[in-house]
Amino acid sequence: MDRKTKDASIFKDNLQNFLFVFPALSIFCIFYIYPFYKMINLSFYDWRGIGPMHWIGLSNYQELMGDHLWWDSIGHAGYITLIALTFQNMLAFALALACDREIRMKRFYRLVFFIPPVLSEVVVGLIWNWILNPEMQNGQHIGMLNHFLFTTGFPQLVHDWLGDPRTALTTIAIVHSWKGFGWGFIMLLAGLQTIDKQLYEAAKVDGAGSWKTFMNVTMPMMLPVILVVMILTILGSMQVFVLIIAMVNEGLVNHTDVPVTRIFSAMQNTNRFGYACAEAVIFGTVLIGISFISKKLSDKARQV
Amino acid sequence: MCKLITLSSCLIFIFLAGCSKPPQPSNKIILWHWMTDRNDTFQKLAQQYQQQTGIEVTIQLFPPSDAYSQKIIAAAQANVLPDIYGILDKKSIVAEFIKAGLVADLTDAMNAEGEKWKDSLFDKALADKSFGVGNIYGVKPGIYGVPIDVTNEQMLYNKKLLSKAGIKSPPKTFDEFIKDAQMLRRVGIVPFVSGWGELWLLDCFAFNYAFNIMGPDKIFATFRGQVKYTDPDWIKVFSIFAELRDKGVLIDGIVTKGNKYAEQDFALERAAFGFDGSWCVNVFHGNQGMNPNLDFGAIPPPFISNAYPLRIEGGAGSTFVVNAGSPNKDKAIAFLKWLTAQEQQVVLARETNNLPSNKQALLGVSEVLEEFATGMDQSTHPNIWPLNEDPTVSEAFDKGIQDIIIGEKTPQQVAQDVQKVKDLQSSKGKL
Repeated sequence: MDRKTKDASIFKDNLQNFLFVFPALSIFCIFYIYPFYKMINLSFYDWRGIGPMHWIGLSNYQELMGDHLWWDSIGHAGYITLIALTFQNMLAFALALACDREIRMKRFYRLVFFIPPVLSEVVVGLIWNWILNPEMQNGQHIGMLNHFLFTTGFPQLVHDWLGDPRTALTTIAIVHSWKGFGWGFIMLLAGLQTIDKQLYEAAKVDGAGSWKTFMNVTMPMMLPVILVVMILTILGSMQVFVLIIAMVNEGLVNHTDVPVTRIFSAMQNTNRFGYACAEAVIFGTVLIGISFISKKLSDKARQV
Repeated sequence: MCKLITLSSCLIFIFLAGCSKPPQPSNKIILWHWMTDRNDTFQKLAQQYQQQTGIEVTIQLFPPSDAYSQKIIAAAQANVLPDIYGILDKKSIVAEFIKAGLVADLTDAMNAEGEKWKDSLFDKALADKSFGVGNIYGVKPGIYGVPIDVTNEQMLYNKKLLSKAGIKSPPKTFDEFIKDAQMLRRVGIVPFVSGWGELWLLDCFAFNYAFNIMGPDKIFATFRGQVKYTDPDWIKVFSIFAELRDKGVLIDGIVTKGNKYAEQDFALERAAFGFDGSWCVNVFHGNQGMNPNLDFGAIPPPFISNAYPLRIEGGAGSTFVVNAGSPNKDKAIAFLKWLTAQEQQVVLARETNNLPSNKQALLGVSEVLEEFATGMDQSTHPNIWPLNEDPTVSEAFDKGIQDIIIGEKTPQQVAQDVQKVKDLQSSKGKL
């Protein structure tokens, strides 16, 4: 084969390969790259969603740096994430450990624990709104939780859980954890079932008790799974949105604002599309940063 | 090689498929709307119109209104708006649509035949999408929308619960209202419910009293930055909410309550007073109403001052506009003219329990709808005001009221906070 024919053949192969990749590449560019570029681009404009766009450079970012409501909202998302990381994941791990043993009806428990995550966030929000309803009718508490507290002898604990700034965010975080723990449960349970049973038997032969076995066998083997669950929890919790809208509408003043509700509000209530895009860019950067750090930690843990 | 040719042909075909001809005039009109409760009646009327004229009207429903609003903005950006649609946004956004050439000027059609069409409709409803000479938005003066119905927001009262508390007639003054609320509390009835988790409804209630306490000139002067929110009159407005809180008038959890939940509470007789729009008649008494036996009436919120008349928020309920770029523009206008004629408006009012936009179609509406209709005389709407407050300031204003209700801030603190936001926006040249 002479050089010219060889070159033509390589070109044909490359072109063919490119044409095969082209549809997927175009879809990726149109639906991911272009909107991403457009969002960054819009963040430099003052634009109301329609009509003329005014270039304002970094003004949106400058304003954002001094917007305490925005930084508070990131703090709120961080608080929800912290509760999810601790309460939600510890609950998921404890239940996964329980279901990994030979207990009765373990298939039933697995099914039950997986119901909350498959429910829509709107449905979960509505159910919990009903449970937490602070109202009374004919001297009776309408909400299930307050009714329960009242009838079981704890009337001092009856409360407007979503209407009080001291409890609203924690209540949302707990409901979010209740909805999300099933995912962690399934992943952790799957991780537990991959641990070789011989390791437990060897530990038993060496005289290790339950706690030592857990710390020296289960935990090291589960570390990669735990890290994945933690990363997913962080990313999922930082972006909580629908649940908040379903539970407290436009929010309890600004006490339940999270970054996504602020972005939505900038677009929907104040028609500040440029500002909303700047918020989205900053928030996206924060999430990318978190993912990057988590990935590094995860890689390190795997090496150990 | 064969594979290469096939693949290339497919790609070329895909690209060519996207390059269609611009739309041509046809006998088909497309209408996008957001009103779930009116969809069946719209469909029925569209069929009737097709039988009469041969023009097919495709009615497409995209609820809820928030999502619809975003869809319209996205469609406007992509220039794929239908022949007829609604703009649910602020007047300044409507102005941008008009300036972008996306909304047809209907003035000539309205004024044809000695202003017959225009005269048949409520003036306040028409004003919603009309722009006067010298308007601040820089829009060519004219009428740009066709109101399908009218609406206003008033105080609701449950007749049975009021009589249970020994209240003979609904309150006329704010003091009477507070007294009634205390009588209701004494017999274990929650006095007042509203969906103040939705800021627009809270804003509406606050501005009713702002009009009553200081009148329109001072309100607009505040928007212009000539009067501060720390003015005693504004503090009086904020103080109303502190008083409602302190006297136990409000239902628990009111600041996070959506309007649907508030309507549910009122329908289930959990509260004696409510604050809602005239559409609530359909929500309670409609075909699938929450409580068809609910015995209630509507009154303007009880006034607190004799200085100025109390204004309730109201005007056009749902208004459609015609796409200026549509090849079927004239057919779309003809359909809207037909839809707002007396006969069709009677059908809409009867089947959807809404106030018709055609004055002649008011006869025969229910007693409570008549009460809402009476309120139209004292209604006003941000869309017909000469100017509006900056949305960021409005948000701070409404959230500040929520702060007062939950007892976190005093009216004076909220007034200062709102003024700070106002000053900040002014310094940016946004006002």
